Amino acid sequence: MHTIKHHKADSLYTTFERKAPGAEVSHYCPGCGHGTAHNLIAEAIDDLGIQDRTIFCSPVGCSVFAYYYFDVGNIQCAHGRAPAVASAMRRVHEDAVIISYQGDGDLAGIGMSQIVHAANRGENLTIFFINNAIYGMTGGQMAPTTIVGQKTVTTPGGRHAANEGFPIGVAEIIASLHAPVFVERVSLANATKVMKARMAIRKALRNQVEKKGFSFVEILSPCPVNWKMTPVEARRWLENHLEPVFPVGNLRDLAKGPFDPLDRKKPARVSERRIFEILGVNEEEPHSGTVRLKEEQNVKIAGFGGQGVLSAGVLLANCAIAEGLNTTWLPSYGAEMRGGTANAGINISHDSIGSPIVTHPNALIVMNLPSLDAFEDTVRPGGAIYVNSSLAKRPIHRTDITPYYVPASDMAVDLGAIQCAGVILLTVYALVSGAITIETLQKVIPLSIKRKNLLDLNLRAIEAGIAWHRENCR
Amino acid sequence: MGQHLMKGNEALVHGALLGGATHYFGYPITPASEIAHAAAELFPRCGRHFLQAECEVSSINMLYGAAAAGARVMTGSSGPGLSLMAEGLSYLSGAELPSLVVDVQRAGPGLGYIWPEQADYNFIVHGAGHGSHSGIVLAPNSAQEMCDCAYRAFELAERYRATVFILADAYIGQVMEPVELPHKLLVNPHKDWALYGDAASRGNLHTSIYLKLEELEGHNNHLQEKYRRMEEEIVDYEEVATEDAEYLFVAYGITSRICHSALRELRGRGVRIGMLRPKTLFPFPSRRLAALAGQVKLMVAAELSAGQMVRDVRLAVDGKVEVELYNWMGGRIPTTDEIVERLAKTAAGRKA
Repeated sequence: MHTIKHHKADSLYTTFERKAPGAEVSHYCPGCGHGTAHNLIAEAIDDLGIQDRTIFCSPVGCSVFAYYYFDVGNIQCAHGRAPAVASAMRRVHEDAVIISYQGDGDLAGIGMSQIVHAANRGENLTIFFINNAIYGMTGGQMAPTTIVGQKTVTTPGGRHAANEGFPIGVAEIIASLHAPVFVERVSLANATKVMKARMAIRKALRNQVEKKGFSFVEILSPCPVNWKMTPVEARRWLENHLEPVFPVGNLRDLAKGPFDPLDRKKPARVSERRIFEILGVNEEEPHSGTVRLKEEQNVKIAGFGGQGVLSAGVLLANCAIAEGLNTTWLPSYGAEMRGGTANAGINISHDSIGSPIVTHPNALIVMNLPSLDAFEDTVRPGGAIYVNSSLAKRPIHRTDITPYYVPASDMAVDLGAIQCAGVILLTVYALVSGAITIETLQKVIPLSIKRKNLLDLNLRAIEAGIAWHRENCR
Repeated sequence: MGQHLMKGNEALVHGALLGGATHYFGYPITPASEIAHAAAELFPRCGRHFLQAECEVSSINMLYGAAAAGARVMTGSSGPGLSLMAEGLSYLSGAELPSLVVDVQRAGPGLGYIWPEQADYNFIVHGAGHGSHSGIVLAPNSAQEMCDCAYRAFELAERYRATVFILADAYIGQVMEPVELPHKLLVNPHKDWALYGDAASRGNLHTSIYLKLEELEGHNNHLQEKYRRMEEEIVDYEEVATEDAEYLFVAYGITSRICHSALRELRGRGVRIGMLRPKTLFPFPSRRLAALAGQVKLMVAAELSAGQMVRDVRLAVDGKVEVELYNWMGGRIPTTDEIVERLAKTAAGRKA
């Protein structure tokens, strides 16, 4: 048997100093259900011995000042957002007892998304949803739970389903989800029902202490002032008009949640040494630093998506770093990538690099004909163009730049991997420009290619590039 | 020293983790998605927490909750997501909860597209959301600075109990550059004001509602005083070739990189041009600009918007020098040549 305490719960302040010095009376109206709900929650906190561990999320609405009363950790949240706030706090403190206390405008109106997703994640939280079918603090407007025909200041002729829709049964929505462990609707209409509410509130909190998961209690609560009734009339109306629309009772009570709460899967503490390892702090890169650039390299590599254009660019930039040079890599972007040609701009310099955008390359590597057509004219006079002549089967028309026609795709197919064409062209570029050394290329490639057979192919592609250069560039 | 080739967005996550970030909440959006991808991969491996939120409204309120609970918490997004966060950003300022919010700007308005723009400037720098409030706004212009800004963000945020924004753009987020990672792991300190769900913090309260006029007025004055203190203490900018400058570029983010290239070209042609690059947009380097107003003949504010930062430049120089706007919108990026030619023409016109 449960006994009812007649003194104020320990987890309520003795005087409400946050309201006003020495205040002993709450700001709630006579006959309001919030006071009852507050007392039931405070008693449960006392009985479970969780006052120090409790963090109470106040909503927007009449209970915005719940922190006047609850002697626990307190946070006031933006309208409707408390379930998101609470979800995050849960992920910071696994042993805190986090309560979100929300009204019908807050939870069922503006915050419907937050409550549904927190419930769906099965957050180990306790939600108390005060449903009084009207907006209290704002002055008696329609709530999502206002019943059909109910008069409010924004439905002066009564709520019409055809215009404002039907009242929302939130407990039913929450119970439609897999994750919640406890969903119950209770009423504050009379003493017997208050006792049932008390039991549900306790259960919902005990579940959290036991880390069972998401518990939700919808509390049908009177609002005599905005209903324009006496407190006694209000409780009667609650019973006769709200309860038929929102049937009280338990909708879900699982002995165990459908999954282990996150708290139990929390990753172990990770050492500083391990974090440095994961992030690559202190990792030494190969560093030869022997290259002297004749001029800053502004390279553009272009081709079909899937030809390894972007990754060839990354390889080049990584080699530049290994040479102790500054570098930038910037991909072509968005729609142009889907249009057939992908390209990346790479700058390599002894100095710091200003614009990373390569508009006028002094080295253009083109993997296909559309790229040759698109970018030939952009090459700076005196520059070089490296053409994959397997796919771009035309001579260049410019006479002020030097072309290198490398049948890279055919050579790559002969090696057994067409995706190596980019590495062959890159090798020729390296030998012609002197911007990176072959040794560096051979050293860096294994860092980006983990699969052994592909690595071998790529190393052979470098050899093929060297051979082509030896035979054609003397 | 080991250098890593990484995207600005990835460098940012590395910097944040080494800066002691404990929690990441966010919703993916191009061109900021690599931040969420890297965070999803690296936060759990480093023993930190990652959660994909259902929307940006929830992300920002998760920041509110985690910050109140004492975490070092962050999110990354782009314009459309930031618009959804406006409410929460205002609450964070109101309750003075520290966090890191990254905006990798894309072209707007509306859905716009994923190309770079700098048109979130007014929104972020002058107080996203309702009420008189702001956060510290850092403006990196390289992958290295994406890392460095994120690394120091939490200490700054906690020092002022304010939101730190990193205002980047699609190019700074996407560009890959060598990044040297910090060699010291920063740790999230205990905060007397936070909620830990224990006896010591039981009396703590986070709220932004004040029923008494004097209290809310006082709270506003306190916030403004804090912003003034930021201006005294943390204004940061880079100057390039300003000693003898007759002309001055004022630019941040990707635009400052292009202006830097233009500056080198123009100097080669004998045009005495310098650049002031704000590294903090809030607080803005107004005093330094005011001083330079007495030296240069013309300032050029270059930005990817209809002209937002230019107003802060004009306010700073207070009519003492002409400020011209070079601007591009809708994702268009200027070439170095374009800026060079335009400035060279102006300079020649003034000499004649």
